[in-house]
Amino acid sequence: MRSLILKTATRLIVGLILIFSIYLLLRGHNAPGGGFSAALVAGTGFALFAIADGPAAVRQAIRTSPQKIAMGGIGLALIAGFLAQMTGQPFLTGLWWIWQNGRTSALAIGTPLLFDLGVFFTVLGTILTLLLALEEN
Amino acid sequence: MPMTADSGKPSIIGLASAIFPLGLFIALLLCLPQVAAGNIFRVQLDWIPSLGITLSLVIDGLSLLFAIIICFVGFFVATYAASYLPGKPGLGRFYLYLNGFLLSMLGLVMADNILALFVFWELTTIISYLLIGYECELEAARQNARQALLVTGAGGLALLVGFLLLGNLANTYELSQIYFQSGKIKADPLYFAVLLMVFIGCFTKSAQVPFHFWLPNAMTAPTPISAFLHSATMVKAGIYLLARLHPILSDTTAWMATLVVVGGITAIIGSVLAIQALDSKRILAYTTIMALGMLTMFLGGKTTPALTAAMTFLMVHSLYKSSLFLVVGIIDHQTGTRMIDRIGGLLKPMPITAFAAAAAALSMAGFPLFFGFIGKEIMYKGALTEEMFPVFATSASLLANSLMTAAAGLLVIRPFLGHKRKTPLSPREAPWTMWLGPVCMGSLGLIFGIVPDWVGHWLIKPAVSAFHPSMEDIQLKLFYGINEPLLLSIVTLSLGIFLFWLSPPLRRFIGYILRHTPIRFEYIYTLGLDGIAKIAWAQTRLLQNGSLHRYLCIIIASVILGVGIPIFSSGAQFLFRIDFDPSSPGWLLVGIIAAAVVAVISARSRLLAICSLGVVGAGIAMLFLIYGAPDVALTQLLVETLTVIIVALVLLRLPRLGQRQLVPYAVKWGNAVLAVTIGMLITALILAVNRTPLDRSLTDYYEANSYIVAHGRNIVNVILVDFRSLDTLGEITVVALAGLAGYALIKKGKVE
Repeated sequence: MRSLILKTATRLIVGLILIFSIYLLLRGHNAPGGGFSAALVAGTGFALFAIADGPAAVRQAIRTSPQKIAMGGIGLALIAGFLAQMTGQPFLTGLWWIWQNGRTSALAIGTPLLFDLGVFFTVLGTILTLLLALEEN
Repeated sequence: MPMTADSGKPSIIGLASAIFPLGLFIALLLCLPQVAAGNIFRVQLDWIPSLGITLSLVIDGLSLLFAIIICFVGFFVATYAASYLPGKPGLGRFYLYLNGFLLSMLGLVMADNILALFVFWELTTIISYLLIGYECELEAARQNARQALLVTGAGGLALLVGFLLLGNLANTYELSQIYFQSGKIKADPLYFAVLLMVFIGCFTKSAQVPFHFWLPNAMTAPTPISAFLHSATMVKAGIYLLARLHPILSDTTAWMATLVVVGGITAIIGSVLAIQALDSKRILAYTTIMALGMLTMFLGGKTTPALTAAMTFLMVHSLYKSSLFLVVGIIDHQTGTRMIDRIGGLLKPMPITAFAAAAAALSMAGFPLFFGFIGKEIMYKGALTEEMFPVFATSASLLANSLMTAAAGLLVIRPFLGHKRKTPLSPREAPWTMWLGPVCMGSLGLIFGIVPDWVGHWLIKPAVSAFHPSMEDIQLKLFYGINEPLLLSIVTLSLGIFLFWLSPPLRRFIGYILRHTPIRFEYIYTLGLDGIAKIAWAQTRLLQNGSLHRYLCIIIASVILGVGIPIFSSGAQFLFRIDFDPSSPGWLLVGIIAAAVVAVISARSRLLAICSLGVVGAGIAMLFLIYGAPDVALTQLLVETLTVIIVALVLLRLPRLGQRQLVPYAVKWGNAVLAVTIGMLITALILAVNRTPLDRSLTDYYEANSYIVAHGRNIVNVILVDFRSLDTLGEITVVALAGLAGYALIKKGKVE
């Protein structure tokens, strides 16, 4: 069922879905969202892509094996944990870099964001692993 | 043209890996003068401070002797394997294991904290498993690796119990402090429990009867590994521990009698089995069992000569046995066989190997001027002064040593001096990387044999004094004068030569007895293993027959029984007042959910059923949204969406629903009863939970600190990625593993 309409629409929609997923990921610390939800959204996007263009196209688009994405995610989360340990604090303590923008606003970026990225990639990699395997069967 | 072994060009990885043990060896040699002067090196790192576990490493005479042997043999084994193994896949993996083993073994002999020691002990067991099963495409390799793992692993667990008891008795896990409480420990009734557990650990690791059977089977490992792990180092871990604990636990009848008897019997059985084998590697394995028995027997003593004998023989044995293993590996590699009745006349094509083999075998047989002779002299001196059963110890030594002399002859005389035989590969000399180790070790056996007092002063004496402080002077000498040990040595040699001459009928005779022995210890192991497999098989057939329907029924029924019965039998009140507010939008959602449930049950196609189930999930998500949990609602909605997609993918492959009504009505009604019961139970539980007052202290903390400490306004997310991120780390690991497992299942179905 490779419909041309679905394929054309998918091109556009998948891009939007992925951008939305990144948005969810980044806003997660202050509003509903976060790595897990973002990964589910991205996974849904890829599922749509796979239905429209077939699993081979998805594999080509992600450029690496989904298992590697999942393992890389765990790796990122571990790095976030060990960064704290390197500064002599307990494993997984959040480290923060506060970037002052003028006097009124500030941007805080820390290892929890790295950790959330790890969650994102692990969940996304797992979804893709199962999804592509099922589609290819 | 006859085939020959490949040129054996050494692999770069192998040679580079050999630098590591060489560096450590040199560093250890630099410690030698300090340690021989009686000093101790000590490092201490906090490991798990909350449990009082420290990573404290100590280099004293005993650890140094073992560490030097480990690095010395490790260096030659790494060089050797560079030519022995190249071309095989996974060479990098091999060297990773090898160096990992080297480090674990060094940790084992240097650890001062017994729990750290236990961790290193188990690491050596696991790496030994990986190395025995290195050629994992062979069924035998896998089975033997598993056997070694189970036997030594079970012993390791016993050892852990022993260590915990010991730690509790002494109120500390540091060996250097437990020493001072030796008297208190020996007086405690739990002393025997400690002793039993420690003995089981040491006897399994060091292949004592009745656990000896794993060691000959471990010979499926590549030969350099047998030379390293299963003769020179890992199997000596039990011996090391007995020596280490000697000042704490020894000096009782239980200690002495057990070690002398078990060690003596092991030595005799090992040497008798060695004579009847034809595979030269198995001969070496059995003589290793014999050597381990002798070492155990001498550690049962408490006199200086007995303990000196143990340490001297330990060194003698490591030198000649590793050397012989490597020689056997060379023969195997260069001729294609290692059965002693199929090789002969190798002296001419392989003169360097022949020299190394002769030097090692003469040391093993205990000829004068070789280190083995010194070892044997001191052994008889030790046996004669044993506290318990000196006559048994001396006769066991005499018998085992004579048989070992004969075994040394079997290994060397015919293969190198006998007439030439046709072998699968036409023999030629091995590359330098392979003969370097045996030649060096063989030569050292000769040098140490001529000037033994050097070894005695620098290595043996510090080692013995580390665990036996009140000692007379130890001197290793070539000639002590005409005395009993010398006479016994002469008897041993003559008897050995006689037994060698007699070996063919002897082999047939022992083989005949072995075939007609009703009970063998390995059978007990096999029976136990088969029994476990059968029980596992039976319960899998019963509980996990592959029908998801049955799994769900079992899980739900267990929840009902396990949760429902305790709650209702506790007499809790289940009278709830439900706030009925007809204007709430929640009731609309409940109506939608109920309609969707009906649609699920009555659906005639799977796709319709799964979509309706998605509506149920979406309805619940909406409920979450109404009652103020947007994060949960979001996640629930997304999970529902993905579930519908994934399940739809699966269901497209299944037969259509409703065409065959195979499900009997009884089963349908059973399902209904289960479903309604679990639904009611969960509802009751939720209502009950809501009635208990909420402890808000944790919530308050999160609310107060979410933005200040963790810079986030979304408490749910802050909890997930910051406050309780260790939980999340565990969960994503589970997610990834579940994904891999699912992938394997999907792909497995495809292959078949």
